[in-house]
Amino acid sequence: MAIDPTATPSATPPATAADLDDDIYVEGADWESVVDAVSDDHITVNMGPQHPSTHGVLRLVLDLDGETVTRLTPIVGYLHTGIEKNTEVRTWVQGTTFVTRMDYLSPFYNEAAFCLATEKLLGVRVPERAEVVRVILLEFNRIASHLVWLATGGMELGSTTVMEFGFREREHILDLFEAQSGLRMNHAYIRPGGLAQDVTDDFLERSAALVDLLAERMRDYEDLLVENPIWHARLKNVGRIDADTCLRLGVTGPVLRAAGVPWDLRKAQPYSGYERYEFDVPTRTEGDSFARFLIRLEEMRQSMHIIRQALEVLPGGPVMVDDKRIAWPSQQSLGADGIGNDPDYIRHIMGESMEALINHFKLVTQGFTVPPGQVYVPVESPRGELGYAVTSIGTNKPYRVHVRAPSFVNLQAADVMARGQGVADVVVVVASLDPVMGDVDR
Amino acid sequence: MPAAIVTVLTFLALVGLAWLFLTRTVLGRGFSVPLRTMLRAPETAQYPEQPRPVQPRFHGRHQLNRYADGLEKCIGCELCAWACPADAIYVQGEDNTPQARYSPGERYAEDYQINYNRCILCGLCIEACPTRALTMTHDFEISADNYDALVWTKDQLLAPVPPGGEDTPHPDREVRRRGLNYYGGLAVTPPTLHGGSFAPATPAPASRAAQVVPEVGDPTHRKGR
Ligand code: SF4
Ligand code: SF4
Repeated sequence: MAIDPTATPSATPPATAADLDDDIYVEGADWESVVDAVSDDHITVNMGPQHPSTHGVLRLVLDLDGETVTRLTPIVGYLHTGIEKNTEVRTWVQGTTFVTRMDYLSPFYNEAAFCLATEKLLGVRVPERAEVVRVILLEFNRIASHLVWLATGGMELGSTTVMEFGFREREHILDLFEAQSGLRMNHAYIRPGGLAQDVTDDFLERSAALVDLLAERMRDYEDLLVENPIWHARLKNVGRIDADTCLRLGVTGPVLRAAGVPWDLRKAQPYSGYERYEFDVPTRTEGDSFARFLIRLEEMRQSMHIIRQALEVLPGGPVMVDDKRIAWPSQQSLGADGIGNDPDYIRHIMGESMEALINHFKLVTQGFTVPPGQVYVPVESPRGELGYAVTSIGTNKPYRVHVRAPSFVNLQAADVMARGQGVADVVVVVASLDPVMGDVDR
Repeated sequence: MPAAIVTVLTFLALVGLAWLFLTRTVLGRGFSVPLRTMLRAPETAQYPEQPRPVQPRFHGRHQLNRYADGLEKCIGCELCAWACPADAIYVQGEDNTPQARYSPGERYAEDYQINYNRCILCGLCIEACPTRALTMTHDFEISADNYDALVWTKDQLLAPVPPGGEDTPHPDREVRRRGLNYYGGLAVTPPTLHGGSFAPATPAPASRAAQVVPEVGDPTHRKGR
């Protein structure tokens, strides 16, 4: 039926607001409270846990006054893995395969801190070669972690170029890790007493070439971002936090250094021979997201500086302690069948020495016992102070492993940093804190 | 020839301006990045069509190896299962008999399973194996669309029989006649390949579900861990 445009409207008059009040009643869920909240411009918005810019499964509850954040409540626990607890039912060596999965962007830091704590309880010092290789891998890992921060942070602000650049370079670092440990992430390569196996023959040249490549590519990030007006507009004066607040909240790492406190555990409480290397601890005073960006760029450069020095001094020798009661026994080699125990080692334990075979069995099935005691070993991870508080009661398993996770502690600063800022700045605030949810929830 | 000189000077001035633009201005510095990137070799990997080789020590899926004569290297000692932090390995050892010998040792793995739902590919098992029966290959394309397919059984993990060898079991008499020193490193020539070329497509045996968790009181279930 054709509609006649000249026809008069039907007899029913248009509804007035008063009519709506009387006749239409919306009911159900929390609609009423939402309507009330809207009426005075205060609303509560749920962001995450499934949200592309909350760095994984982080849930933020935002109290908003119009566009302005009045309160930010982080809600964590969506990535709880129980790793801390699980280490209690595994041997000390098996523990390294678990802890490396907490902060999955800086796996070597977890391994190193856990192993340093175990070694402190055991009272052993790892051979020098192992120590220097650890430093090289740790610093490469710092660069890789900062690259992911740059990549994801850039992507959350809409810059996919930065995202591809970050992951492009990180890939080369992961290749180096894979060549040494067989795994791109979660390596379990650092073991109590040293390393799982020696580095490859081409490790020196390969690392040196990689540092050169990374140093060259740093120019890309600088040219693209340091003076970029959009980058400035999004980062400058966003998420400010001053040194005093940082210290009160226990915030560490680049966030603290961007607020002006030159606190770096590699300098303050050197471990793994960091006192032997010359490097700067960059600081800035603005304490905003842009300062944190500059700090991380400079830290990558300092890491390259450390790696270059470490490559110079890398000594020969074993990579595992001498003590056969502690040293993980296996000797691996490559064959046409892949990687496995070396035929020479097989001949030794299966054909020559019954004692060696018994020792192999004992270490694999029971592991070693660690003298009773409690230690706290902190290392400077890319996110701040990563500390392992490990308790042993003299058995072959840890009694308790507690981790002071920098992501978790730093996350509580998000509220302070976001208050008074716009909703869009929340993304910048969280990105500039660089939390890894695996580290937060453990 | 003033015209040529003017051309050259104009060209130089343009190059100089471009250089100044690319190094001194905010916009130019930004644009210098894509220009540089265009001059570099692309780093994109065309993954499924052209797989990139993994590093030599790569921890791919496992393989149970054989000696050159076809005997299995695994002696059913369960060290791999003990070492595994994820409890992903199930080994059921059994005695070799004079008529049926599977491995040079006293025992062999009657059943051997790796549960890739649990495995974290850490490699502690291959470090634990005292006979290099267990190695990790370069094959990583093991994803599946159901949990069952990720429990790999012995027939899937076992390397193919090397040329000139024979499938197990062998009669004891035969093995003794060969007079090989299995652990001396003489017969330990790894006969198999890097993963990838060895793609077992054997369907899991129907009875597998029953094998995963041996029933309590089952006489064939020997005391494990
Ligand atoms: S690789 Fe690790 S998790 Fe996988 S079966 Fe071996 S020991 Fe277990
Ligand atoms: S694979 Fe190796 S460690 Fe495992 S049961 Fe066989 S021989 Fe023992």
